[in-house]
Amino acid sequence: MNLAIKDIQHSLGRFALTALGIGMLLMVVMGMGGIYRGIEKDATLLIDRLGADLWVVQRDTRGPFAEVSRVPANLIHRMLAVPGVKSAREFVYHTVQREHQGKLFRMAILGLSWPEDNGAWLPLTSGRPLGASHYEMIADKSLGLGLGQRVRLGKETYTVVGITTSMMGSSGDGLGFFTVADSQAIQFNTSNEAIRLERAARLARGERSELGTNQPSLLEQAIKPAYELPSTAKPQISAVIVHLSPGADAQRVVEIVSGWRDVTIYTQQGQETLLLRGTVEKVRKQIGLFRVLLTVIAGIVMALILYTLTLDKIHSIALLKLIGAPDRMILGLIMQQALFLGTLGYAVAYILGRKIFPMFPRRVILTNEDLFMLGWIVLGISVASSFLGIWKATQVSPNEAVA
Amino acid sequence: MDHKFAIETHQMTKVYGSGNTEVIAMHDATMNVERGEVVALLGPSGAGKSTFLTAIGLINPPTSGQIFIGGQLILDGPQSHTNLRTFRKQHIGFVFQKANLIPFLTAIENVQVALEINGNSPRAARKEALALMDYLGVADRANGLPNTLSGGQQQRVAVARALANKPSVILADEPTAALDGHRGRQVMELFAQVAHERGAGVVVVTHDHRALDVFDTIYEMEDGAMGPKKRQSDLMPSH
Repeated sequence: MNLAIKDIQHSLGRFALTALGIGMLLMVVMGMGGIYRGIEKDATLLIDRLGADLWVVQRDTRGPFAEVSRVPANLIHRMLAVPGVKSAREFVYHTVQREHQGKLFRMAILGLSWPEDNGAWLPLTSGRPLGASHYEMIADKSLGLGLGQRVRLGKETYTVVGITTSMMGSSGDGLGFFTVADSQAIQFNTSNEAIRLERAARLARGERSELGTNQPSLLEQAIKPAYELPSTAKPQISAVIVHLSPGADAQRVVEIVSGWRDVTIYTQQGQETLLLRGTVEKVRKQIGLFRVLLTVIAGIVMALILYTLTLDKIHSIALLKLIGAPDRMILGLIMQQALFLGTLGYAVAYILGRKIFPMFPRRVILTNEDLFMLGWIVLGISVASSFLGIWKATQVSPNEAVA
Repeated sequence: MDHKFAIETHQMTKVYGSGNTEVIAMHDATMNVERGEVVALLGPSGAGKSTFLTAIGLINPPTSGQIFIGGQLILDGPQSHTNLRTFRKQHIGFVFQKANLIPFLTAIENVQVALEINGNSPRAARKEALALMDYLGVADRANGLPNTLSGGQQQRVAVARALANKPSVILADEPTAALDGHRGRQVMELFAQVAHERGAGVVVVTHDHRALDVFDTIYEMEDGAMGPKKRQSDLMPSH
């Protein structure tokens, strides 16, 4: 006869409610692990998806995901001249926070190197890749934009032509894909007043200079739009991503580019490591510690519940001892209930989590490894937390059945 | 255990506390219970009856004195000569004031668990439990939970559990206290029946003087001291 099951059957409602409570607590532990994985995955998602062999960024910076990186757009051509480089593309990445339809709207913007890259590699759930050099965008599903919807960003309006899924920036914001030119237009959008003021300032600087005094006609050039000025560089890009030819020696390419004094080069692995050690490290640690804390709390709560369940049965335990029940039978009663509670709680956590986590604003990723590990932890907690109840049971004298 | 006596105690003393807080709950208590004999233990509250009963039930060992069960020395003062829990399981059945059934087990399971503890297979234990419940007239309530049974039915189930492992000793502590006079008498008669049919020594602590005629022997305790043994025949009015 299994006394644990008999006791559970007798107070099924109470046991179910207890399991639900523990399950919800475990769901939080599970969720914290999922958030941890989500942050990690989101942080490296772009790097993984782009699959570049090398990243060339501004000298002494850690790349566009870690800090501001600015490199000239013509760096692409220098990279293409390096032996072993198959392709080099512009990479523009930044985040905007605007208002759209009366709501706050955050989006990570990625510039695609049109026309070589039209976003055909993206996992589109509907729509199509970019089909024009301007005013089109592909939006991640998490941004809540619909196909054909028009979004005003800066001075221009962009039409959503494709919807993708699970494409997040390192900060967890949904990604929007534009051509590099459009993404720069959004990034460097300047108001008309600011342009007029800049031109006036340019003119004033020219008038004070010897060159302006000697050649006043140059000042007429200074007040033209920036793109018409021959001395003004094109807007800078965040980085250049490089793909190597098959069989090319990556180390050799790195050595060559490392000799250039205006840029720093990273391998894909290096860029990922920088991201994980830098941008998300503190968040990872914080969530990791919080997860440990929650696990300890879950253990304490389970121990107290099992202790209370044991106290409720103390008279029956004394009676069982009185009629000669061996210790293993009584310990089995408590331990089995602990394991039932742990197992049921885990199942509740998993089922509820699967329903609830997708509603979270950031991705919660439940990996098999994490689920398996949490299963072992719950097993450990169940066994450890039953010790308090077992200790109480061993202290009970058969006399208490007579009292 | 073919010894004539089911229980023998020699000058049992139980002292609680020490120094200024010392309380002598029982002193020099001696009792012999033969097989098949039903003994009533009477006395006012605080006389030491329950102390005596828990001592011979091997739950609360005496401070001094010996307890023999079936002729075997089990306790010499607090010193045990066998595994008490195992011995209890095999040789002693208990019935209490309240039926003391395990609330999450059905009536038959309350009996079955005692049999399974003693090494019976679940199937054999269930069969034996049902036979015992039939013997005690509660087989029809076998699948009811304790809280659905009347006080009398619960006490019968408790008796069935006490009998489960064919004990040589049955100890009952005011088993009829929660029952009306009629049902109380029925339970006392049940003890007598069990003792006589199964050859067990039965000791019943009771305040219920209405059913004293059921007992073979009566002991009285007062202030921790055990009075002399009185045979039922000695109590009967002479003609």
